[in-house]
Amino acid sequence: MSIQTIIAEDQPDSFAFTRESEKEIKKAISKYPEGRQASAVKSLLYIAQKQNDNWIPVKAIEEIAKRLDMAEMRVLEVASFYSMFNLKPVGKYYLQACGTTPCMLRGSDDVMRCIKDKLDISSGETSACGKFSLLEVECLGACVNAPILQVNDDFYEDLDYQSTKALLEALEADAPPPVGSVAGRQGSEAEGGATTLKTAKRSKKKG
Amino acid sequence: MLADKDRIFTNIYGWGDAGLKGAQARGDWDNTKAILARGHDDIVEEMKTSGLRGRGGAGFPTGLKWSFMPKEVGARPHYLVVNADESEPGTCKDRDIIRHEPHKLIEGCLVAGFAMRAHTAYIYIRGEFFNEGKVLQAAIDEAYDAGLLGKNAAGSGWDFDVYLQRGAGAYICGEETALIESLEGKKGQPRLKPPFPAGVGLYGCPTTVNNVESIAVAPTILRRGGAWFAGLGKENNTGTKLFCISGHVNKPCNVEEEMGIPLKELIEKHAGGVRGGWDNLLAIIPGGSSTPLMPKEVCETMTMDFDALREAGTGLGTAGIIVMDKSTDIVRAIARLSYFYKHESCGQCTPCREGTGWMWRMMDRMVRGEAEIHEIETLEQVTRQVEGHTICALGDAAAWPIQGLIKHFRPEIERRIMAHQAVTNAAE
Repeated sequence: MSIQTIIAEDQPDSFAFTRESEKEIKKAISKYPEGRQASAVKSLLYIAQKQNDNWIPVKAIEEIAKRLDMAEMRVLEVASFYSMFNLKPVGKYYLQACGTTPCMLRGSDDVMRCIKDKLDISSGETSACGKFSLLEVECLGACVNAPILQVNDDFYEDLDYQSTKALLEALEADAPPPVGSVAGRQGSEAEGGATTLKTAKRSKKKG
Repeated sequence: MLADKDRIFTNIYGWGDAGLKGAQARGDWDNTKAILARGHDDIVEEMKTSGLRGRGGAGFPTGLKWSFMPKEVGARPHYLVVNADESEPGTCKDRDIIRHEPHKLIEGCLVAGFAMRAHTAYIYIRGEFFNEGKVLQAAIDEAYDAGLLGKNAAGSGWDFDVYLQRGAGAYICGEETALIESLEGKKGQPRLKPPFPAGVGLYGCPTTVNNVESIAVAPTILRRGGAWFAGLGKENNTGTKLFCISGHVNKPCNVEEEMGIPLKELIEKHAGGVRGGWDNLLAIIPGGSSTPLMPKEVCETMTMDFDALREAGTGLGTAGIIVMDKSTDIVRAIARLSYFYKHESCGQCTPCREGTGWMWRMMDRMVRGEAEIHEIETLEQVTRQVEGHTICALGDAAAWPIQGLIKHFRPEIERRIMAHQAVTNAAE
C-alpha cells in the first residue's frame, strides 16, 4: 500500500498541542531513561490523535519528531506501521469489527451485514452522514465474548444482527449503551453462571 | 475438577473489587517483603521447583528463563518486560487478569523483577485494551500510593518502578524482540537472535520478557510453595492454567483448570458442551490460531498439556481453544487465519512477507474450489518453505494451520475443487 493512500489529502496548515496534552506528554516522556525519549512516540501519537478528532495530521508528526528528537520519517514510519493510528479523518463513531476466525464462527458476518444494511458502509468507508467509519480488524482478544465490535475505545461483546442494530441506533441517537456484553454477561464467565468459584464473594453486580 | 481452594485467580470474572483493598482481601500483597527477603536466587529456585512453563505460548520453563539474567548488575541496568500484547486469535485470558486481577500482575512484577535484579518493569499492553489499561494504570497508581512500588517497594529495601506502555495494533509485537523494538519507539520488527534479550534486550540491557499469566501466578506460587504448584497437573506440565474456550460451544468462557485436563471434560464441564452435542464436533484448534487443528477423533482422548498436544503434532500454545462444529466451513475458517497472518506480517523477511500473501490468495481460491488438485501439494510445499526460514515464528504460525488443514481435511479441499470443476465443465 502506498503512503499516499493512507494519508489524508487535505491537511491542516498547523498543529499545536493543547495545555492538557502538554501535561500528558510530560508524563509519557518521564517513564523512560534519559536519551530514550523516542520510547514515548506511540504515546505522543495517541495524544495528538485524541486531541485532533481521532486522526493525526502530518503537522503533528513533524511536531512529535521535534519533541522527541527523532527524524520525521521515523515517526511517520511508526504512525503508518501500527493499525490504530489514523492518518485520515474518521467518523465520530469509529467501528472496528473483528472478523478473525473465533468471531467469524460466532457470527461476525451478521455484524458486518447489519452495519452494511443500516449504514451502507463496508470496511474502510465512512458513512454519507460522516458520523460512522468502519474497519474490519484482526483479533481483538475477547474471543470468548465473540463477536466483538469496538466503538472508539470500547468493546461491545456477544453481538448478533439484532443487538448490533440496536447498538447502531443508540449511537445514531448519541446515546451509547453500557460497554461490554450485550447479552448480560459480566465478564468471561459462562452464560447463565460460572461453573467455578462457587464460594467466591461477589461484591459487584453487573450494570 | 480443580478445587476452588487451588485456584489462583479468584476474581477472574470481576465479581469483586479489582482495586488494592479487594486484592488484599484475596491475599495479594500479603507480606511481599518476606518473599523478597528470601533473596534473588531462592526465588528463582522456588520457581524452578514449581515447574511453571511460560504461559505465553512457547512453554519455556519460567524459573530457568529468569536464571539466564546476569548474576551481577554491571553498568547496564536489568529490565523486566511484561508481554500484555495478547493478540493470538482464540486467546483472551490476559485481558481478564489485567482488568480483574491487576494487583496479581503488579505484585508479580515486583517479585520477578527483584529475582532478576531489575529495578524497572515495563508492561506492554495491546492498544485495543484501552479500558483494561485504565484499570491497570489505576492499580499501579494505588500501589505507588501505598508504598508497594517506588522507593523501598513494600518495605523490602528494593526500589522498583512499573510503567505501562500501550501498543497500537500490531500482532507481531507479541514476539519478544519485536515488543522490545516497539518499546524503544520503533516499528515492531523482530530482531535476530542471538543475542538473546537476557544479554542484549531493551536499550541494549539485560532483559527478560514474560507473559502476563506467567508473572501473575508467581506471587501465589512463592506463597504456597513451588511444591504445591508442582503437585497440580501432570509431570513436566504442572500447575493450573487459564483456558479460553471459544467458537461452537454452548457457553464460551474462560476458566482456570488443572494442566492436563481432558479436552472433552473441559468443554463439557465448563463450556456447556459442543453446540449440538459432542458428536456434532468437527475439529478443534487447541492453543490459539497458530496451532494446527485436531479432528474429532484426536480430540476424544486428548489432554490439555504441552507434551500431549505436541505429541499429537499440535501444541498447547496459549490454551486458546477454538471449537468448530460440523456446520463450519473449515476451509474458510483456516483461510481467515491465513488472511490474519498476511495482515500481521511485519514485512521484514521475504518468505513471510511474500509467503503469507501467496498462501492466503491460494487458500482463498481453495475456499471456492477454484484450483487444481495438484495445487494442494504446491501449497503444502510452500508452507514448508516459509516455515523455519524467517527471523521470528510468524512464518511458522502462518504455515501450521494450513498444514493441519491439509493433513486432516484434504478430501474436503479436493471435493470443492472437483465440484467447482464439474460446474465449470457443465457450463462449457
